[in-house]
Amino acid sequence: MTSDVHASAAPARRGGLARALLRPRTGGLGLLALVIALLPLALPNAYAYDVAINAGLNAIVCVGLNLLIGYAGQISLGHAAFFGLGAYASGILTTRYGWPAPGALAAGAVLVGVLAFAVARPVLRLKGHYLAMATLGLGVIISIVLNTESWITGGPDGLMLDDLTVLGWTLAGDHTWYGIVGVTLLLTVWLALNLIDSPVGRALRALHGTEIGAQVVGVDTAHYKVLAFVVSAVIAAVAGSLFAHYAGMITPGKAGFMKSVELVTMVVFGGMASTFGAIVGAVSLTVLPQLLVAFEDYESIVLGLIMIGTMVFMRRGLFVTLLDLAKSWRRS
Amino acid sequence: MTSTFLQFLFSGLTLGAIYALAGLGFSIIYNASHVINFAQGEFLMIGAMATVSLVGLGLPLELAIPLAVAIAAAVGVALARFAVVPAGDASVVTVIIITIGASILLRGVAQVVWDKEFHALPAFSGTVPISVLGATMLPQSLWVMGVSLAAILALGWFFGRTMAGKAMLAVSYSRLGAQLVGVPIRRVLLTSFALSAGLGAIGGIVVAPITFTSYEAGVMLGLKGFSAAVLGGLGNGLGAVLGGLVVGIAEAMSAGYLSSAYKDATAFVIILVVLFFLPNGLLGHKGSERV
Amino acid sequence: MTLLRVETLSKQFGGIAAVDGLSFAVEAGTIHSIIGPNGAGKTTVLNLVTGVYAPSRGAVYLDGAMVSGKPPYELAACGLSRTFQNLQIYTSMTALENVMVGRHLRLDRRLLPSLLRFPGVVRRDEAARDRCIELMEFVGCGRYVDADAASLPYGALKRLEIARALATEPKLLLLDEPAAGLNATESREVDAVIKKIAAQGITVILVEHDMKMVMGISDRILVLNHGRKLTEGAPDEIAAHPDVIAAYLGAAA
Repeated sequence: MTSDVHASAAPARRGGLARALLRPRTGGLGLLALVIALLPLALPNAYAYDVAINAGLNAIVCVGLNLLIGYAGQISLGHAAFFGLGAYASGILTTRYGWPAPGALAAGAVLVGVLAFAVARPVLRLKGHYLAMATLGLGVIISIVLNTESWITGGPDGLMLDDLTVLGWTLAGDHTWYGIVGVTLLLTVWLALNLIDSPVGRALRALHGTEIGAQVVGVDTAHYKVLAFVVSAVIAAVAGSLFAHYAGMITPGKAGFMKSVELVTMVVFGGMASTFGAIVGAVSLTVLPQLLVAFEDYESIVLGLIMIGTMVFMRRGLFVTLLDLAKSWRRS
Repeated sequence: MTSTFLQFLFSGLTLGAIYALAGLGFSIIYNASHVINFAQGEFLMIGAMATVSLVGLGLPLELAIPLAVAIAAAVGVALARFAVVPAGDASVVTVIIITIGASILLRGVAQVVWDKEFHALPAFSGTVPISVLGATMLPQSLWVMGVSLAAILALGWFFGRTMAGKAMLAVSYSRLGAQLVGVPIRRVLLTSFALSAGLGAIGGIVVAPITFTSYEAGVMLGLKGFSAAVLGGLGNGLGAVLGGLVVGIAEAMSAGYLSSAYKDATAFVIILVVLFFLPNGLLGHKGSERV
Repeated sequence: MTLLRVETLSKQFGGIAAVDGLSFAVEAGTIHSIIGPNGAGKTTVLNLVTGVYAPSRGAVYLDGAMVSGKPPYELAACGLSRTFQNLQIYTSMTALENVMVGRHLRLDRRLLPSLLRFPGVVRRDEAARDRCIELMEFVGCGRYVDADAASLPYGALKRLEIARALATEPKLLLLDEPAAGLNATESREVDAVIKKIAAQGITVILVEHDMKMVMGISDRILVLNHGRKLTEGAPDEIAAHPDVIAAYLGAAA
């Protein structure tokens, strides 16, 4: 009996430093900050900065989406629509109505939050493939609206935006945007890690495991699903606003079904229920197509094969699988 | 008034027949494996594109069509064998990513094998419109409806009367039970993909003379088929046919009477409204959780 | 004092009555067992009382207030908690986190303080952590505090569910076959845990097949057969009751 106690307690105490480094809020966040700070040294040109900024924006969305998919266990095949709505809200309010950019960003986030809240309850009553269908449908409808109402959205051609100005400062240039996106990503990760390790986060993870098991200890599962949906939608909207200002233009494709699929794939590719996995997934799948450009016509083939291969051979995602490998390697 | 309505109804039925075939494809695979195959639309595309190519090579239509259907079925089996079977009992999300990956892969292959252009297939029996009660109708629409009906009836016969069909139904009721009485689960899965792919290809081929086809043609057709299947209640064949017709007719009506820009949104609006009130589709059963 | 009162409770599944016009009352501070052959409707009664199912007819009163029809999470707030025959463990969490979910209603669950990790949230979380470790030790699975729930052996998971239910600080604890699948030694340990729980003033409803356990620790026993009350009484009355013997051994007796 006593030997058993030690056997199970030992791994917890072994490797104090390594464990602290692996603990998300201490080591993980610090390491991420370090990577973000040092990465510019390895970015040779404006093109590389552009890829890095887009990777960062995707990572922000995926960290949020992972709260919904990875932790609460609810799929969404329509999150690009929230990204797109955030982007369009910023674009329309700043260019057509002369709003200041921060106000437009906030308004976009609130709008998306309210919309997500309004649809969340009936949508999240659904399970499995029905939930996939409903979120997919929601996303497609929103992207069709953005495509069609050209009097306000610019239609298929999209919408051009002015440079982002905050309190008279014009925010432009790769380095500035790299900084903005980097800080926002760090902030998002910090918030997400806090949430996961709080009563709210535990409720989300519990209902993922068993809804009935969560309800009998007092978790209002419907409420928490809605919460995760709204939080992830708002994060997507903020990232969308930033994207619109950074890119200087927004097109309906950014809100479409394929973009939604891309986002989910990033989360799953990196590893569900791992915040850093979501970042790894977002960065890998943003950088990968850039590398595949060399293959030209074969880009989709390679991307498709990678998606299938990862899911078949690394079912838990790239980051989580590698982390497990590293752990078992250290143990042996 | 009536004639415009009839006009829209005919085009709705034509569309609906195609959605029904695509929806049936979703249902057949779902029953055999509880997988939603997001590459279903690509089967329609492959059928149409392959037929176009084969006809281009000089093959007569009567030979090109069965060959194209066979090609699509073979692709379906390969997809099942190399992507779905190895995934085993992975989670819903994982399998969704796999089949979406497969759809991207198949589109990529189509891009390389064929091109990015639009292609038309010659109509099976001319393009002289037929007049029915003041409305006109392309002969090809009759082909679409007739072939779809025949395919649906043949499918009904297959599931109701043949041993292989009954075995597949048994798997949909209880995988374990079917396994215990000796149904080869794996072969059922492969057959279901072959069947869905072939069915999809037929749909894609008969509609190609009306809508044109391209490597991307499968995306929306697939999503509409998925809507049809969900609308009818996943795994319910009759429901998928019904769902397909509802989606097709509603789409044609909204394009005709409301706005053609929003016709593609119709299917999804219907599906959201229905799911809000009937979370298991029109003909689905309410499942209750056992603890 | 009566804590729980069930009145003419019925539940139909597609025309078949799983529970049929059942009435009984549970006194506060007692261990009240429900026994009966397989399919007698024991788990259904538990599911009806805890809000997992809505009754077809009849009502459930807790402390005199009608609670039937309320969802399980509201009943948890009323002081009801339970374990499951088919374990309902959150497999992607650690054992300790599983128990901490049981503290859900006692913690700060607001979104903003959680996101920003307010000191108050952290402090109460740490207190909850300590309390839950104590509970895990109390039920006898303290050695698994840091383990992933998915890696726990079956017997430990059963105890983990009891700890999680206790973490809610219930007035009434419903245990669905806590000894099923356990060996004799483990069953006696669970016996002891249940007695300790009752000694703290928590009322226990126990559904169990292990007659030794039921006879040993129950204050009162309700016998179900075909969804109806066969009889009810103290353990020695039940043991001697001819109907009970018949129901268990078949019509031959």
